[in-house]
This record gives sequence, structure tokens and C-alpha cells, in this order.
Amino acid sequence: MSALPLQTPSGIIAAPFDVEPIRADFPILGEVRVNGKPLAYLDNGASSQMPQQVIDRLVRYQTREHANIHRGVHYLSATATAAFEAARVTVQRFLNARQDREIVFTSNVTDSINLVAHGYGRAFIGAGDEIIITHLEHHANIVPWQMLCEEKGAKLRVAPINDSGEVIMEEFEKLFSPRTRFVSVTHVANALGTINPVREMTEIAHRHGVPIMIDGAQAVQHMAVDVQALDCDFYAFTGHKVFGPTGVGVLYGKAALLEKMRPFRGGGDMILSVTFEKTTYNVIPYKFEAGTPPISQAIALATALDYVTGVGLDRIAAYENELLRYATESLRAIPDVRIIGEAQQKASVLSFNVGEVHPHDVGSLLNDDGVAVRTGHHCAQPVMDRFGVAATARASFAFYNTLAEVDQLAASVRRVQKLFA
Amino acid sequence: MDSTQLYQEIILDHNKKPRNWGKVEGCTHKSEGLNPLCGDHIWVTLKVVDDAIENVAFEGKSCAICKASASMMTTAVKGKKLAEADALVQEFREMATGKLDVGQGTHHLGRLTVFAGVKDLPARVKCAILPWHTLHAAFAQEATISTEGANDPFANA
Ligand SMILES: Cc1ncc(COP(=O)(O)O)c(C=O)c1O
Repeated sequence: MSALPLQTPSGIIAAPFDVEPIRADFPILGEVRVNGKPLAYLDNGASSQMPQQVIDRLVRYQTREHANIHRGVHYLSATATAAFEAARVTVQRFLNARQDREIVFTSNVTDSINLVAHGYGRAFIGAGDEIIITHLEHHANIVPWQMLCEEKGAKLRVAPINDSGEVIMEEFEKLFSPRTRFVSVTHVANALGTINPVREMTEIAHRHGVPIMIDGAQAVQHMAVDVQALDCDFYAFTGHKVFGPTGVGVLYGKAALLEKMRPFRGGGDMILSVTFEKTTYNVIPYKFEAGTPPISQAIALATALDYVTGVGLDRIAAYENELLRYATESLRAIPDVRIIGEAQQKASVLSFNVGEVHPHDVGSLLNDDGVAVRTGHHCAQPVMDRFGVAATARASFAFYNTLAEVDQLAASVRRVQKLFA
Repeated sequence: MDSTQLYQEIILDHNKKPRNWGKVEGCTHKSEGLNPLCGDHIWVTLKVVDDAIENVAFEGKSCAICKASASMMTTAVKGKKLAEADALVQEFREMATGKLDVGQGTHHLGRLTVFAGVKDLPARVKCAILPWHTLHAAFAQEATISTEGANDPFANA
């Protein structure tokens, strides 16, 4: 396929985006055929694939560097500790955090959100207090807050969305009251692709003196994120959606807040001293890293972030924008196709239904043509309810996807439409 | 297996024009079936007179495989004795899970063998079986069944 010329967000025409050398870095894209057809992997929103560099890093760690960290005086323990702490610095730079101690390794973004709900929420949110989320959230950014509300007698307030799938900002602001204690919003909506105006949301929250957490699970793989520019208080993401391994997540928190918070889990590494009378907690970020952390995963995640940074997130965003535009046009041209989520600002996520055909039938038939999409409620049932559907099919693109794969998707959707017409 | 082979004319037809759609007036047995993973959700109602299924109907929201399976199930069991219908439930379940080779031996599945291919589509087996299990639950006067969690009737299927 020919390289696409690009218009980057900063407006500069960059060098064309040549996708073939990038694809060559992702072995699974070439290895796997489905039903005798080339694989079109369009389920990156659920989990992305790993480049060879990340796989190699895992292998190198396991063959030459592994031991437990922060506890041995021997060579391997020192090597593993250094690599793990270097990974923290890579994440710090990736998010442009001020200090590496503001980066906590967790097991996934769900874990990061639960950490804040416990560490901050249980300490500082009480009966009659209010927490604001939006209608776009993944269950991972609903349920921990609901559980907290139930425990404390606090109230969950939900900012509504319009028919395009955008948060109605006036309504969002109206939800603030003297009892508002916390805001948690997604950066990019996983079911619809909507990019929330998180900078503006942070400003609003801060104007009301309330801290804000951003769920970046669907954002960091698509766009450059600068937590200092955003000024958000917490930012979280998950390794396996940004070309890294499963089992590792990240929580960024402003140092002053992390220091005020209670530990989430108790155990090794999160303590300075333990007697049966009293335990003194470790400093941040270790206070939140009880037990042996996902060492190899964190180290490989750093390699994945370096890879993404090397390609360039501005160039990735511009290329994916082209994929999204082309995919949207291609599917819109098919009779009976309804696209769900048409926000002005969208990441490369395309939710759709084909007439009354159940998304699971769509997904099975697309699979026959080698096309992998997610079907179901995408752990965002409130979003489905808002649009009056039980489920959708969702194509989510990464920078290794191609226009030819969009054609493969569209041809397959056309076949489904004809079969059920 | 290619799922396209499963979406044959007969299945597409029953999906589009489901037979025995709705509720049986004055039903004696009913049950609700839920497959939370894909959202299939159906209700089966029946009227049993003298141990025979005088009338049966279903309704709900589901994928084509589930809906066609339910529709063809209702036409297959209407008029049958409960014991015969329950035997058919068992045969269908064995076919869908690959324990019964429809080309071998005797069975009573008839046109229902269009669902035989579902055994090679593990993600869809539950869609096809749900109506049958819901029927079985109605016979046993169980109000609700689910294909997930502790109630998963197919966990060890
Ligand atoms: C917006 C959003 N938040 C949270 C999650 C949960 O991610 P994980 O399962 O890695 O914790 C996801 C992924 O499905 C997501 O898309």
C-alpha cells in the first residue's frame, strides 16, 4: 500500500506515514491467517498487539535479568531493580510527569482506578458527598465509585451526553455542588471513540476545588498526553492496550495527593518497618506497590512506550484520523449501517450496527472474512442504553492497520448486509 | 468451520420470520433464558395438557442463531409428549456440543441438524442451546436460567 501524506495536529505536513515497515515489526500480523484469509485485526480497543522489540525485551529480561526487585544485594536483583526503575522513568517522560515517584505501577487500569477509589476515596469522601463521572464511562470507571458510594453513603452524579456521544459541558458543570469531592472521567470513550475535552473538564473541576482523575486506557495509544499541561490530579492507563504486555497498568498522581492517600493493599515493599504494634508505610510510589510487582511487564511496557514515541504520537494521530475518516465513509455508504457515536473529536474507534442484525452474528460473519472486531456492550452498558441498542460491533484501529484492511472490513459488512437483507 | 455455512437459508428465514412468536395464553409452564455474554434473552411459555405440549411460544431479543433455534424448537416440540420433547432437548444439546454425530445412529433431530455446525464455533454454542435449556427449565418449573456463573448449565457440558 502506498504511504499516506499526513496533516498532523500541529498543522505541519509531515513525511508520509509508511505503514509497511511498521507492520513488519508486529509478527502476529503476518503469522496469523483466519479461515484462509489475511487477518485484519481491528480489535485494538480490547487489546493491542506487541512489536518484536517488546517481545525481545521480555525474552531478554527472562533470559538474563530476572530476580525479585528492591530486596537482593546480588547482581540479578540489582539488574532487575535498575530496569524496573528505569521503566518508571520512561513512563514519567511518556506522560511528562514532574517526578518519577508520581508513577505507580499497578496491574491494569481497573486496578489503578480502584487504588484511587480506596486510597483517596475512602479517606476523603464521606456521607452526602458527591462524585461526578460521565455517561461515557467503561464499567471500570463506574463500579469502583458506586462501591465507594454504597459504603460511604455518597452520591454518584453522571454528566449526560448528546446524540453524537459528546458530554454536554454545561450539564457537566451544573453537576458541581459544595458537596462535590471527586471527578473521574474517561479521556477517550471505549465504546464510541469520543475524545472528552479533559483539559477543560480539569479546569472546571479545579475551579470548584475538586480533584480529577482521567481514565486514559483508550487515549495513550492514540495521542500524546502531557499530565502537566492537562493539570489533572490522576491519570491512568493499561499496558496491553498500548502495545505492551497484560498484567501491568499505570497510575500517575500528583505527589502531594499520593502522599496524603492511604495505601490500597498491605504487604511487602509498601512498608518501611513492621512490628505487631505498628507499621510505617514506605514513601510514594512504593506505598502503593505492595507485593512483587509485574516486573517483566513494566520493563516491556517501557519498551512499548519507547516504540510508540519513536513512531511519533502526532504522526500516529494523523494517520489514524485518515483511517477513521475512510472507514466512516466506507461503512456509511452501506445500506442499513448505523454508526453509533459521531462526536466531532474522535479517536479511531468505530461502533456500528447493520440494520437489525445482532452484533454477534455480524462478528461471526466478519471473522469468516478474517476481520476481527469486538461485539457486545463493550463494558459500557449505560452508553448502549443511551443509544437504545443492546450491543454494537466495534472496529478499533491502531497505527499498524491499513486502508486495505478498511476495505476488507467494508466488503465483509456489505456481505452481512446482503445476507440478512 | 466457517460460520457462513451455519447461516443457511432456513436459519435466516426463521430469524426473519420466527414461528410461534409471543406468549401462550393461559400457559402452564414458563421460563426465562439469559446469555449475559452476548445478551441473548428469551422467554418460553407453554401450555401442557395431559403431559403433551398443546402450545408453545417464545419471544425476546437475541442473535439470529438463538432466534432461529428457538423458532425451529417450537415447531419441533409442539404436540409432543413432555418426555419426547425432553429427549429432543438432550439430543440437540449433544449435537451442539459435538457429542452426537448426526450422520451416525438414530436421532429425532430432523431439520434441526442445520445447527450441527455450531459445535465448531465455541463462541456460538450457547446461543443455539439457550432456547432448549430454557424449555427444559420450563418443564422443571424453574423461573430463570443463565448461561453464566454458578447457574451455568453447560459448565461441564
Ligand atoms: C476506557 C477504559 N477503561 C478501563 C478499561 C479496563 O482496562 P483493563 O481491563 O486493562 O483494566 C478499558 C478496557 O477495556 C477501557 O477501554
